[in-house]
Amino acid sequence: MSALLEVCGVTKKFGGLTAVNDVSFDVGQNEILSVIGPNGAGKSTLFKLISSFLRTTSGEVLYEGKRISDLKPHVVARLGVVRTFQETTIFKSMTVRESVIVAQHLRAKASLAGYFWGTRTARADIAAFGRYADELLEFMGMSAMAEELASNLPQGHLRALGIAIGLATDPKVLLLDEPFAGMNPEETMRTVNLVRSVCDARGVTILLVEHDMPAVMNISDRIVVLNFGEKIAEGTPSEIQNNEKVIEAYLGSADDEVGI
Amino acid sequence: MNGVTSKQLIGFGIFLLAIFVGVPIVIAATGRWDFYFTLTSVALLSIASAGVWLTFYIGRINIGQGAFALIGAYVSAILVAKAGVSFWISLLVAGLFAAVVSVLIGLPILRLRGVYFAMITLVLTQVVTLVALALPITNGAKGITSIPLPGGISLLGLQILPPFDSMADTKLAFYIMASILMVLTYLALWRLVNSRLGHICRSMQQNEELASSIGVNIAYIRIIIFAISSFFGGIGGALFGSISQSVYPSSFQVTDSVNFMLNCFLGGLGYVFGPMLGTLTLYFGWDLLFTLGKYQLLVYSVLLILVIRFLPNGLLSLRLGKLGKGGGK
Repeated sequence: MSALLEVCGVTKKFGGLTAVNDVSFDVGQNEILSVIGPNGAGKSTLFKLISSFLRTTSGEVLYEGKRISDLKPHVVARLGVVRTFQETTIFKSMTVRESVIVAQHLRAKASLAGYFWGTRTARADIAAFGRYADELLEFMGMSAMAEELASNLPQGHLRALGIAIGLATDPKVLLLDEPFAGMNPEETMRTVNLVRSVCDARGVTILLVEHDMPAVMNISDRIVVLNFGEKIAEGTPSEIQNNEKVIEAYLGSADDEVGI
Repeated sequence: MNGVTSKQLIGFGIFLLAIFVGVPIVIAATGRWDFYFTLTSVALLSIASAGVWLTFYIGRINIGQGAFALIGAYVSAILVAKAGVSFWISLLVAGLFAAVVSVLIGLPILRLRGVYFAMITLVLTQVVTLVALALPITNGAKGITSIPLPGGISLLGLQILPPFDSMADTKLAFYIMASILMVLTYLALWRLVNSRLGHICRSMQQNEELASSIGVNIAYIRIIIFAISSFFGGIGGALFGSISQSVYPSSFQVTDSVNFMLNCFLGGLGYVFGPMLGTLTLYFGWDLLFTLGKYQLLVYSVLLILVIRFLPNGLLSLRLGKLGKGGGK
């Protein structure tokens, strides 16, 4: 499995605090890799470093062998590495369908002036945006709520909308920020299946940051464990479950919390 | 989302009839020729207000439109009075010049949000006034006076428009000119808001981080929008200079900048045609309260507060017409 995304010795310091310390790992093509760790382990910071929402102090992130750290977020998105957000970061006063249409910005062939004058390319784009939005919403199982205002959606669907917005950009790598947080087991299972099919059916490589242990064990091909900003383990779910360091540092001594 | 309904077309037709036929008839019947000047002012001020509305659309409170109106007024006045350039060319140059200046100013300040951006723009008008006082080309406090009236337009030897000074009724000519430009401005604004750029603006207004995560170059869009906004300001200012045939450093002051913003609030930030209605109401409202003498400002302010308190989405939220509904919800 060749590495699509390489995190090489990434470090982030906030003043005297080292939030992420010399973390390295690779994400392979079409893989689901999860980053886990206790609160304050630096997961979210690492996430923002990979999507270039934060600048690295040292080290770099490579995508297809090219450096993507310290670029503008929209440039990284253009290259194919797209992040989603936690919870309620959505376009509140747009409908579900409008959100997915506006999110297809990177698929646009016409220029902004072209849309203003209504050129043929622009009109073709608009039709294509609509079609793709419908297809995507059907894939996500959200067709029924296409015309619903985003702010009226229940929490589970909000998360799905966030993923739909990310998918609408045609990403190669999708970074999911705690996709299962605040969900009941049933919603979690549904979302796990959804993420799995995003990876399998659409060929999107997935990197996710998560707390929910059973879900992570279920969904991940590989797991990276952070503690106090450092990587303490990396491996398949079963390797992680049996790793002494992880059990000690992150899970305490109780094996049942791992969800076995 | 982009289609025009027949209801909207009819509404637009009625609106055109009202300003180009209705108003002249009413004025001829009542003999209130002074209304031409008032309505011309409303038209040119609402062009500048349209720009402010657009910056609201990307979530920025712009209290600096007076600065760009003043820049536009001076550029046009200098070109026409000192260089003998045709007014029509100077009008375009004034808009473009204001847009270029706004890009230079916008690059550093558009990173700011909310009240911080508003505070910086509030200072701009004063800065431009001071620059106009200091520069030799703007004639300092004496300003530029006796600006010639707009000349004619001829294409391939064919006269399309006669020079304004050969016309019998200059007031009517100015009124028609300002109204046409106002209609064009709002058509452009409406089209922009309902095109992809408008959708992107809405996404940025709601969440800039999310917008940038889907690949929108938010810094670039902000600059484009601010430039378009200032272009409208420059056009409005140039028209003002031409109509009053003079420009002074005090032609546009901080109060005017605040008024441009109030026009948008009053008309409704959710409606493309809000600033037009806001300008009309605010301008006429002030005039009508003139009879109250020293209580004019007091009553006016109280009324404004009441409107903003009870109609936070502006006058158009009274559903006077769906014509102006922006964003195509």
